[in-house]
Amino acid sequence: MKENLVLLRNRDKQNMSDAAEYIATGGYKGLARALEMSGWDIIQELKAAGLRGRGGAGFPSWLKLKFAYDAVGDTKYIVCNADEGEPGTNKDRVLMLSDPHSLLEGMAIAGRAIGANRGYIYLRAEYPYVLPVLKQAIDSAKKHNWLGDDIQGSGFSFDISIRLGAGAYVCGEETALFESIEGRRGEPRLRPPYPANQGLFGKPTCLNNVETLANMSHILREGAEWYNTLGVEGSRGTKLFTVSGNVNNRGVYEFDMGINLKELIYDFCGGISDGHKLLAVQTGGASGAIINPDQIDFNLDIDHAAPGGGRLGCGTIFVVDDTNCVLDIVRNNMAFFCSESCGKCVPCREGTRRIFLLIDKICSGKGTVRDLKNIVDLANTIKIAAFCGLGHSSAVPVLSAIENFPDEFNSHLDGDYCACCARLERSVILDA
Amino acid sequence: MPENVTLTINGQTVTVPAGTTILKAAESVNIHIPTLCNHPDQAVKANCRMCVVEIEGQRLLQSACSFPVAEGMVVRTNTPHLIHIRRNILDLIYSHHPLECLTCQRNGSCELQNVAAELNMGRDLEYAVESRNMPKDTSSPSIVRDPNKCIVCCRCVTACNDVQRVRALAKENRGYKTVVVPPYGKKLADTVCVNCGQCVQACPVGALTIHDDTSRIYEAYDSGKILAIQVAPSVRTTIAEALGEDVGTVSTFRLVTALKQLGFHYVFDSDFSADLTIMEEGSELLHRIKTGGVLPMFTSCCPAWVKFCETFYPKELPHLSSAKSPQQMFGPVIKTYFAEKNGIDPANIFSVSVMPCTAKKFECQRPEFNSSGYRDVDCSITVQELGRMIRAAGIDFASLPETPFDNPFGLGSGAGEIFAATGGVMEAALRTVYEVYTGKTLEALEFHSVRGLDGIKEAVIDLDGTEVKVAVVHSLGKTREFMDRFQAGEFRDYAFVEFMACPGGCIGGGGNPIRTWDKVKTRTESVYKQDSEQLPVRKSHEQEGIKLIYKEYLGEPLSERSEHLLHTSYISRADIIRS
Repeated sequence: MKENLVLLRNRDKQNMSDAAEYIATGGYKGLARALEMSGWDIIQELKAAGLRGRGGAGFPSWLKLKFAYDAVGDTKYIVCNADEGEPGTNKDRVLMLSDPHSLLEGMAIAGRAIGANRGYIYLRAEYPYVLPVLKQAIDSAKKHNWLGDDIQGSGFSFDISIRLGAGAYVCGEETALFESIEGRRGEPRLRPPYPANQGLFGKPTCLNNVETLANMSHILREGAEWYNTLGVEGSRGTKLFTVSGNVNNRGVYEFDMGINLKELIYDFCGGISDGHKLLAVQTGGASGAIINPDQIDFNLDIDHAAPGGGRLGCGTIFVVDDTNCVLDIVRNNMAFFCSESCGKCVPCREGTRRIFLLIDKICSGKGTVRDLKNIVDLANTIKIAAFCGLGHSSAVPVLSAIENFPDEFNSHLDGDYCACCARLERSVILDA
Repeated sequence: MPENVTLTINGQTVTVPAGTTILKAAESVNIHIPTLCNHPDQAVKANCRMCVVEIEGQRLLQSACSFPVAEGMVVRTNTPHLIHIRRNILDLIYSHHPLECLTCQRNGSCELQNVAAELNMGRDLEYAVESRNMPKDTSSPSIVRDPNKCIVCCRCVTACNDVQRVRALAKENRGYKTVVVPPYGKKLADTVCVNCGQCVQACPVGALTIHDDTSRIYEAYDSGKILAIQVAPSVRTTIAEALGEDVGTVSTFRLVTALKQLGFHYVFDSDFSADLTIMEEGSELLHRIKTGGVLPMFTSCCPAWVKFCETFYPKELPHLSSAKSPQQMFGPVIKTYFAEKNGIDPANIFSVSVMPCTAKKFECQRPEFNSSGYRDVDCSITVQELGRMIRAAGIDFASLPETPFDNPFGLGSGAGEIFAATGGVMEAALRTVYEVYTGKTLEALEFHSVRGLDGIKEAVIDLDGTEVKVAVVHSLGKTREFMDRFQAGEFRDYAFVEFMACPGGCIGGGGNPIRTWDKVKTRTESVYKQDSEQLPVRKSHEQEGIKLIYKEYLGEPLSERSEHLLHTSYISRADIIRS
């Protein structure tokens, strides 16, 4: 099992915020090519490449661009979602630090495709050290005329501004992110209208994840045909993975799409640390399913939904060993959603809190069968009735854990002693 | 896009214009979907999720209030599954809402209670109630905030921030700790709140209620005070509504009977003091025009507008008429002229006003309003509070006989009555100003150009050859727009501008029964009908009580005594914003 470095090809190089260094590695050739193409041709090239969104949902990127391309309006925006709020995910940070220009180039290409002259990078508040790198890169790109007015004499102008988030998870949601950039409380907007028609500042907008945009620069440089040699049918290209938790080799890695999760954990990442056994894996971040060791033998590509709910998502692999208790993992998870719900809609605002308190009750050995039934009932309500994706997905970990670890839940109900949960009676997260 | 789309709701075929929401489409065929955060006068919020429906082919439920219909769409609104989901959502609301219905001002008029009844929630609680444990904010003389009861629907935030553009309320915190509060942990009384009460009108539950002053009246009664009450122009149009009669039912003289039965010794008509306001304000306008005073002159009868101007536009205070509001004119008149005339010790009078307005409670407490030597108006109550007093006294309002207002003030004019609606003060003033200025009799009394529900109305009035520009503004959102344009140099050649803080004027005031815009329209029609069909005198200067008080006591408008009793001054409150 070997990494395939495309996005991270410059990760061992120094001073990559300097445009000259980037150009020396073939950088901005993609944009140069895009400048000679029509917007429609760029979109067709991305379609042929089969690029799909890397933020978690896997929506075809060309289609997203096409919606904004079709939208009527003189002013359009490209927005880069660099909020990377999903716990245990650091791939965008690593990408932005190791090759910032690939993001800028990708944004300019996307701007060229839909006819936008302005891009915004919405940068996660907890990444203050990424800010100077991006700023330096933007300045340097402008100096070399790969950003700014009349890029390389093509008549196409594109400028990028950075906006800092303020630490809210919900601002990773497309429309809440727009609200935040516009200076308001980060809360999701009603759809319709959809962002492609009325997005940032009410203008047609195309929002993409950092990794998706960076991919565009490589596709335009090397061509769709080359891109189709990477990954698997339906999920082309490489993917960044963030592996964290109780494994020997934690970190951000880049592989072709479609690698096997079990091999990733046991081969590449060296298995579980300190000789412990695997208890559970959560894939796709805090809103991903929690699966048991029998369910990890599946291939990580966009469309693959493994038994138990394991999915690629944004490529986050959180490994838990058997010194932990699954209920405690779920409790921690719900504490996160309880405090990160934006508070707009009832199911998510109140439901995450109720589920947290019920899980906490079960953890403390006082839970009943009825409590467990209520948790499932509430989670299923949030899953379909909440206002936005944050609410919908907050139900996934708890529901999957109950399905994939029935014995653990049932044993807690009987008032059995759980060493792990008992230890956590001190709970620092109780007042989530 | 086709003009009409056809869809199926619960198996029924429905054809509606494209762009219609599922909720409206369902209503058009009498299919009811429960709602909570939805308000007919406000933008769609879709945050309570009570109206979620199933759409064939969609995994997620959609909120009917927001989701537009599409051709061939198949919608279900009432499956057992949906009812179960809605009941779950109600359970969740309950888990953060104290079950204090019995002690709540909104008991019986609460929208959460209504939805609970609709969804058959008469069963055991599923989750224990977790209170926010926040103190009740009783700092404001007008509005009581109980954040523990808030269901975070944010209708008040829309009313305060988007409609009124006062911005005294906002959401704070995230997740289940989210709460609607004044900014920076301040108490409402210490904020830019102007007490208009539109938030109270928007709140579906008891989180924002009117500060109840009825007990002070009972106390005054018990201590043997002489109770005098003045009835504002709009109250006779909304009190019957507050007691369950049809919207727009006028009950002027039944109301007088009810007040007598409640123990008020004297019941006076604020239409009279509105007439008095016209005499003073109209004379001030003519004086300003003649002597080159500050123009345009702004009306000063709306206390929420006055505080708004003092807070946000203190530089423009010289434009405000020095004439007091009708409530504050009647106060000193009762405790001086009326007391002397009837040999009553003013110290023994407890002067009450019943108003459509929550800001009047603030106004009567302003320290400068003691020109009679006593507190000019001791207590101001709203229509909502009076309705509760009448109900508590076991009075069957519908069957009451009629009683006239007490003398010497008698029944006010039609000009005084139309103060209740936006444009009314302007029209009343024009009727008098025209005749005083030109010396001629005004034939057509109705000034239609200043009537109606447009936010900013502008008109040019012909005073027998002299053209005068006037404007009428209602709702503070439109007021802010007007004032910003005014400060940018517009409207400088105008003579007179009327401002009313509440949408629709006093008839849409915060102290009225909970309203919708449709109700305000019906009430407004009733107000104008009284002027045109029911009141014998339609010009302020022809009202008998007015002639008498100037003859016996005040002399003439703007006389020294008038200035002392009926005029006031203003202060800048800009420091509220700075602090």
